[in-house]
Amino acid sequence: MTDIVVTAKPTAPATATKARVRARSRIGFSWLVPLLYILFLLVPIYWLLNMSFKTTNEILGTFSLWPREFTFANYQRILTDSVWYNGYINSITYATLNTVISVSVALPAAYAFSRYRFLGDKHLFFWLLTNRMAPPAIFALPFFQLYSSVGLFDTHIAVALAHCLFNIPLAVWILEGFMSGVPKEIDETAYVDGYSFQRFFFKIFIPLIAGGIGVAAFFCFMFSWVELLLAKTLTSVAARPIASVMTRTISISGYELGMLAAAGALTIIPGAIVIYFVRNYIAKGFALGRV
Amino acid sequence: MARIDLVNLAHSYGTRPRADGDYALKTIDLSFKAGGAYALLGPSGCGKTTLLNLMSGLLTPTQGSILFDGVDVTERTSEERNIAQVFQFPVVYDTMTVYDNLAFPLRNRGVSGEALDSRVRKIADMLGLTASLNQPARRLTADAKQKISLGRGLVRPSVSAMLFDEPLTVIDPQLKWQLRSQLKQLHRQVATTMIYVTHDQTEALTFADTVIVMFDGRIVQIGTPEELFERPNHTFVGYFIGSPGMNVLPAAVEGAVAVVAGHSIPLDRQYEKSSAKTEIGIRPEFVHLAESGQGVPVRIKRIDDVGRYKLARVTLGTLPLNVMVGEDAKLSGDTGSVQFDPRRLHVYRDGELVDGRV
Amino acid sequence: MDKTVNNRAWFMVLPVLVVMAFNAVIPLMTVVNYSVQESFAGNVFFFEGTKWFEQVLHSDRFHASLLRQLIFTGTILAIEIPLGVAIALAMPRKGPWVSVCLVLMALPLLIPWNVVGAIWNIFALPSFGLLGRAINGLGISYNFTRDVGAAWFTLILMDVWHWTSLVVLLAYAGLMAIPDAYYQAAKIDGASRWSVFRFIQLPKMRRVLTIAVLLRLMDSFMIYTEPFVLTGGGPGNATTLLSIDLVKIALGQFDLGPAAAMSLIYFLMVLAMSWVFYTVMTRDEARA
Repeated sequence: MTDIVVTAKPTAPATATKARVRARSRIGFSWLVPLLYILFLLVPIYWLLNMSFKTTNEILGTFSLWPREFTFANYQRILTDSVWYNGYINSITYATLNTVISVSVALPAAYAFSRYRFLGDKHLFFWLLTNRMAPPAIFALPFFQLYSSVGLFDTHIAVALAHCLFNIPLAVWILEGFMSGVPKEIDETAYVDGYSFQRFFFKIFIPLIAGGIGVAAFFCFMFSWVELLLAKTLTSVAARPIASVMTRTISISGYELGMLAAAGALTIIPGAIVIYFVRNYIAKGFALGRV
Repeated sequence: MARIDLVNLAHSYGTRPRADGDYALKTIDLSFKAGGAYALLGPSGCGKTTLLNLMSGLLTPTQGSILFDGVDVTERTSEERNIAQVFQFPVVYDTMTVYDNLAFPLRNRGVSGEALDSRVRKIADMLGLTASLNQPARRLTADAKQKISLGRGLVRPSVSAMLFDEPLTVIDPQLKWQLRSQLKQLHRQVATTMIYVTHDQTEALTFADTVIVMFDGRIVQIGTPEELFERPNHTFVGYFIGSPGMNVLPAAVEGAVAVVAGHSIPLDRQYEKSSAKTEIGIRPEFVHLAESGQGVPVRIKRIDDVGRYKLARVTLGTLPLNVMVGEDAKLSGDTGSVQFDPRRLHVYRDGELVDGRV
Repeated sequence: MDKTVNNRAWFMVLPVLVVMAFNAVIPLMTVVNYSVQESFAGNVFFFEGTKWFEQVLHSDRFHASLLRQLIFTGTILAIEIPLGVAIALAMPRKGPWVSVCLVLMALPLLIPWNVVGAIWNIFALPSFGLLGRAINGLGISYNFTRDVGAAWFTLILMDVWHWTSLVVLLAYAGLMAIPDAYYQAAKIDGASRWSVFRFIQLPKMRRVLTIAVLLRLMDSFMIYTEPFVLTGGGPGNATTLLSIDLVKIALGQFDLGPAAAMSLIYFLMVLAMSWVFYTVMTRDEARA
């Protein structure tokens, strides 16, 4: 009836002999595109680093691709002055706080927008985005009054909450976008298989939207990190962000470009660490059928 | 339709496999007759999807070769192999109508005009999609989308094989039944080689003429549904097939007697004595339970009503045993005695079936 | 997708609403308050109705900065979105280079905006900057502090450098979220590379692209720090975009009224444009 030939006891496969390495070398030049782009991005950064190792006189006095008088002085001043490194710590603190708050609060809301229809849902969704549309300058004074009146002036949490103004809408929008890419059938299959909502959400759903979480977290951190106006307005000493330190210290001692460059170079590091941590989330594929 | 031969085929997902454990699919040699309906059945992780993807060309094997009608296609792409595959989740082109979805594979091969139109309509008719031909594909229900996926496979006039990777996973239970029978019908109509991967034995046993049971990257048994039911080659196949599965009891077997928990059970063949791990297996259908009388005494733990029959859960000593009893069997009390049909008793050494002498 | 109607979903949205009400609604009311009043010496307010709105809307100065702003936003959208998508498509999908690419691409986004402006200011100086020297070295006369064309060129180049990575990151994450099965099915159907892009990648990236477009639209419309540090709005007012103009009016004249009115008009414009883009880009999502 059927002609089948089966080896009775499958033996361990012979190792290297027939190992076939598929030479699927993509002889395309597509790798050239990201490479050129990254080079383009790195040139001004190299210039920044270049400036950070020079004295201000040299920066404005001569043109040189490499510091003629290589100096660590800029970095030294920053890393040894407590005002400076506290600035970094403060900024890292409120940016991280903000990221955690924004993403956590946004997750259930995004799920609701993605899976359910409810009264006013479309308008609410768009309204969220409108909060990113006003220049923060408008909110500076009202925020100052508001946060002072509840006794939160000059705290990390104040800045973290204030930044929620523009970060929560962003997080909701990004997360909703990724959640909508996951077919609702997966939810239903999980319920049929006996998962409770919490187990489903954390064990199945979140891994599937990992890319969205990674991107949302990184963007929240980034936008909070670079935001100047509100952070300066709501703090004075205890929670002073690095951006504030930079502009104040520098203006007092004159326009110290070398210091500014060194400080700028150092501000890249925390964010680079954040994206390094979420890189796997962003690059994660979504393999259907492994549920 | 094509005959498919797998020669010395094995696959590992790692780059430098050394030990057996690195291989998702251990070496197999297998042939699929042209036009046959096959099922690859097994639990998650047994290698069935790997095998399917190797055949379709989505994976290139670490070792071995694949032949379609005698031609080595191991290095060829899926398109070149001319196979069709239906996935676990419905894959449709969202921006196109149902018609365009079905027409897509043909257009990519340069078919157009009247030939294209008649072919698309014929397949749509076969699948019951004619009414929704002009609708955007993304608005349809999951089972309709799976039909579209199926249609894209069928629409190509000379497909070498159709491969199904657990296609009914997201379908509603009541529609599952419908689609299952439609697939069987389809096979009769289209007569292409069809290979169906699933972990659900009902699907496998209804659809296929030949079922290939897999476990841990190896083929455990191949046969018709009847053969698998009546003569499982391994205790695993016994467990897996049948609902409930076969009872497996450790025993000492010598001559024509098996001793289980101190009780003797007659066998209808002679067996050599052996020091290997020995078990006997018998399906609940072939165990007879009575209130009293001849046979091995058991305690009745529970009787489940499954509708057409009742399932008695008993213990022989400390060993659990499932017995099928008729709807109107009268059983009271918590003891009884069971008799085993000796023609249906199988002996397994180290998990494998051994044949006794008559 | 078919969404189920469930009004209790409001509970899931509640945390977001609480935070946003605190941050957005309350302060906004303060602003609206200012925009319809006139102030002398900061503490005395007179209700003036729509006088400020009319004044702003009819001023030539406003029209000029609006035009500049529209040109700026239009240009950078036309460059950054396609460029970002192209780069995301060309990026490796797995392997060690992915991490390297992602981290390096994220760097420009992390630099405080005033530092960005400062870097490019020095970088583009004809005398001491690498870019300035390079372009002049090619024979093209280039001085962004004096030439309008050079100023715009530098401004746009700086924005592309700064923000394209945002589009790349979003597009890349969106691409990675496309299940393998689609690519496999397309392979089996014999689809060409272009078909795969057109019928699978682009449709599935639609939501992510909407976010990218809206973000860049809004942020570029409100951009302040980088162009201010780069050119100060000059030469003359050649690169005085809307927010730079707004701050000049508010700070220079200490007139809260017109400033607040302008802010509101500004906000409404961004709102209107975003609404249009949003509706157009998601129109197919609307279900009967």
